[in-house]
Amino acid sequence: MYGNDFSAPADAADDTPGGGLLGEVEAAEAELRAAAARERRGGPAPDEDLAAYFDDVVGAEQKIEPRDWMPEAYRRTLIRQIAQHAHSEIIGMQPEGNWISRAPSLKRKAILLAKVQDEAGHGLYLYAAAETLGISRDELVQLLLDGRQKYSSIFNYPTLGWADVGAIGWLVDGAAIVNQVPLCRCSYGPYARAMIRVCKEESFHQRQGYEILHTLAHGTPAQKAMAQDAVDRWWYPSLAMFGPPDGDSTHSAQSMAWKIKRFSNDDLRQRFVDMCVGQAEVLGLRIPDEDLRWNEERQAYDYTQPDYDELMRVISGNGPCNRERMAHRRAAHADGAWVREAAAAYAAKRTEQKEKVAA
Amino acid sequence: MNGPFDFTLGLGDDALVAAQRLAEWTTRAPEMEEDIALANIALDQLGAARLLLTYAGELEGAGRDEDALAYLRDDREFRNALLVELPNGDFAVTMAKLFFLAAYQLPLYSALAGCADERLAAIGAKARKESAYHLDHGALWVKRLGDGTEESHRRMQSAVDEVWPYTHELFAADPAAPVDPATLRPAFDDTVGSVLAEATLTKPEGPWAPAGGRTGVHTEHLSYLLAEMQVLHRAHPGARW
Repeated sequence: MYGNDFSAPADAADDTPGGGLLGEVEAAEAELRAAAARERRGGPAPDEDLAAYFDDVVGAEQKIEPRDWMPEAYRRTLIRQIAQHAHSEIIGMQPEGNWISRAPSLKRKAILLAKVQDEAGHGLYLYAAAETLGISRDELVQLLLDGRQKYSSIFNYPTLGWADVGAIGWLVDGAAIVNQVPLCRCSYGPYARAMIRVCKEESFHQRQGYEILHTLAHGTPAQKAMAQDAVDRWWYPSLAMFGPPDGDSTHSAQSMAWKIKRFSNDDLRQRFVDMCVGQAEVLGLRIPDEDLRWNEERQAYDYTQPDYDELMRVISGNGPCNRERMAHRRAAHADGAWVREAAAAYAAKRTEQKEKVAA
Repeated sequence: MNGPFDFTLGLGDDALVAAQRLAEWTTRAPEMEEDIALANIALDQLGAARLLLTYAGELEGAGRDEDALAYLRDDREFRNALLVELPNGDFAVTMAKLFFLAAYQLPLYSALAGCADERLAAIGAKARKESAYHLDHGALWVKRLGDGTEESHRRMQSAVDEVWPYTHELFAADPAAPVDPATLRPAFDDTVGSVLAEATLTKPEGPWAPAGGRTGVHTEHLSYLLAEMQVLHRAHPGARW
């Protein structure tokens, strides 16, 4: 049984970022294949309760597929979660996209442009996974534009310097991977498969971000200061990405029972902190927490919690960039309307012509 | 008269400035799929720019690498055609620019692939495959917008009218260059003629043919583009990134 074999902090310093996590993604992928190869029960027996059958499949670590019966609340929970994940990828393009035009070398420009493009790809992939649950991408996008579905609050913080691109890669993508690796084993098949692909690319992004910070931290004094400033600003918002503390988390218990979620918010947060400490040492950057220290008894680092009041303010719409991010998304959507209409009109004309030729 | 250095620098600057403009669309495209496609094309242009500028630096022999050429020259030293530095405008203007650029770059890179200079031939062989895709993509949108709705037709015609005069500069004769741009004009005219006709668009006419990019006399737009592109690099002289 893997899943609790967190890389030990002592050797984390030698670990390339994302390395241990990538191993887990590969293990999840192997498990997924094994589960697919195992004979799954062909379907509920004629007189069997559908809910009992569903519980049976989930309990046996088999995957629920789009054609299967599922509880309505399970479907709704997944649609919300996958859609908000997709929205996060799309909105998340903005803070990093902010630095494409000013990237300080052509190589960095190419890497950043490709990364932001990957995020768009993840968004599309996730919307497609959500569509298997019986809702369209257009509907989901509208829910985002209307402010009725959220995206990850981390993207409501500004990217003020080039080093922020590195800090987002190292910390934000790092936190996202820690969050998402267990989702590679989610009970819903299409989401689990999407997460495997997304996690592989995210771990690549995390490494690139780490490398940006490493170069800056070993560069000129001004570059090093830029890197430290970025880590100072992104550390606590990254910790907040794991959500409210377990006692206050509203969705956790049911999601755990359905095997959508595998670990609690606080467990994942701890895991992230333990992973980062060694990496920060190699970077030569300071994690902005005076109380960060190894706890021998817990075999984990004690650390200062993020400001959850701030998290709630940002979630409720009052972060530094909420309004800008949404205005940007809405403007792009509105400005593109005439183009989408033209494409639809052109396609309709072509179909009509083909039908005439055929008739 | 241009030597191989000026010629290579001109093509590298075309690609770099085109990449910079296309990348401005990231997060702003009319469809998510189009966001990805425009980033793809920007990445291709950027990749070609890096190869061309690196080679230009070697031809010059003054120790300038791709970044020195991209980040430490002023607008008067850039050799790109004016077409690529024009602002993006609406999606129709961007597609007009992309379509005309690709209709020029495809025969250019194809000819380059067979030229005597091995390095340029290798770059041409790689880039022409990418240009073929850019041309497909640009041509498809010109047709969709030209033959789409009334509004899209109006916008596409106006974009073609606006951008067309800047295409002439691309074909200024340069018999000493590895590929003389004047020889590419017939292929360009063929492509443009058939796509515009299918798109129900009118090919513009008129004597105005702005030029000057190849000698470093640009529009007012380039200096702003470079100011943004170069600001961080120039703020930290000598730093590694």
